[in-house]
Amino acid sequence: MTDAPIITQTGKPTVAVIDYGMGNLHSVKSALEHVAPEQNVVVTSDPVVVVMADRVIFPGVGAIRDCMAEIKRLGFDQLLREQIATGKPVLGICVGMQALMDHSEENNGVDCISILPGQVKFFGEHHKDTHGNSLKVPHMGWNQVHHNDHPLWANIPQDARFYFVHSFYIHADEPGLVAATCDYGVEFHAALTRNNLFAVQFHPEKSHTAGLQLLKNFLHWDGRV
Amino acid sequence: MALAKRIIPCLDVDNGRVVKGVNFVGIRDAGDPVEIAKRYNDEGADEITFLDITATHEGRDTTVHTVEKIASQVFIPLTVGGGIRTVDDIRTMLNAGADKVSINSAAVFNPDFVKAASDRFGAQCIVVAIDAKKVSGDGEEPRWEIFTHGGRKPTGINAVEWAVKMAEYGAGEILLTSMDGDGTKKGYDLGVTRAISDAVPIPVIASGGVGNLQHLVDGVTLGRADAVLAASIFHFREYTVPQAKEFMRAQGIEVRL
Repeated sequence: MTDAPIITQTGKPTVAVIDYGMGNLHSVKSALEHVAPEQNVVVTSDPVVVVMADRVIFPGVGAIRDCMAEIKRLGFDQLLREQIATGKPVLGICVGMQALMDHSEENNGVDCISILPGQVKFFGEHHKDTHGNSLKVPHMGWNQVHHNDHPLWANIPQDARFYFVHSFYIHADEPGLVAATCDYGVEFHAALTRNNLFAVQFHPEKSHTAGLQLLKNFLHWDGRV
Repeated sequence: MALAKRIIPCLDVDNGRVVKGVNFVGIRDAGDPVEIAKRYNDEGADEITFLDITATHEGRDTTVHTVEKIASQVFIPLTVGGGIRTVDDIRTMLNAGADKVSINSAAVFNPDFVKAASDRFGAQCIVVAIDAKKVSGDGEEPRWEIFTHGGRKPTGINAVEWAVKMAEYGAGEILLTSMDGDGTKKGYDLGVTRAISDAVPIPVIASGGVGNLQHLVDGVTLGRADAVLAASIFHFREYTVPQAKEFMRAQGIEVRL
């Protein structure tokens, strides 16, 4: 579903959704178009389009091994580093967030891009809550997100619920990076941020009002805290 | 803080119209799927399931267009089921905007299809639908079997064992429909719901037979379902999604309000 690399719609800010062939980006695109009809949303695997864009979204679904293989094959690890270095706002979503970390336990261990320091860990086969009740894995559904006061949380109530679907969770090494936490038997990092980079484990495009608000905030964010 | 139990309105769609029948016959027209899906999205439903029961080939194209229309207006997860038999069918529905697909008969005829689908698209988007019917008599150890063809054809497969196998094959979720209950408004079959929910590590959606809000509560508390699906009680506005959630919350169930 990659769009033709035509981004010269004059005057409109452009957001590039990076497509590396892992899953369907229809939802992300339609949610972005819904919250910002005045912006140009492009799903692309063309690095030039990404470089020209005002904002970048790095999504991802599926297994991390396959995602990392495609990211590396296409050189998107380097592209992302460069794009983040320009200072333009970049948003990682779900496996896109996990890929930014150092390493994932999924698929018997996979090295990731190492843009953010930290690990991606398995919830476990026999995951339990603090009362000893079994918890299903994947963590699928609407859970509460406890967030800080970053601009991307503007107009989103504290502990609002977002839609998650994942079996592996993130633990960042630096507490200063954590923009939100979530509890599912273990407290994990639901959002991380550093300068112009923001990343979320949940799917904002599937998280109704709260998720759409976060996307809207991102599309109006200048990348500064 | 905890994960909310999900409430999932289900649209049974035949040739572009939402229908609902008692035990799959005596169909009642409930309206336009796009309008109805949008209403559930706005009311705060946690997901939407779209089950295509269109029999004809031409009708299937209508389905793809309907899914596209729904997906562009609904910002909660959308599952599409009915007639998913090949990897191409899955790709078509995901490209049309579905977040998950539900595989039913094709899994029974070819369990490896579930493996292939999960490897290709990820477990997060593969739901295996199980139509179960009680086959044990009164006083016997309860036993449920998988039925195909809208509940008419027994397969001899033990439903609980099948669910475990499907989880091992890469299903991300089980959509369990009690064929005894479906369309009857007498409530879920809590026995099979609980047996399967306790047996598999993945989430289970209870389906089939909801007639009132207590049935939704029972599905979670007694059936131990992670999500509860219902159709006609919402379509015909006997209850709204917010009413269902308030009712569940009042009984101590964590919901998204």
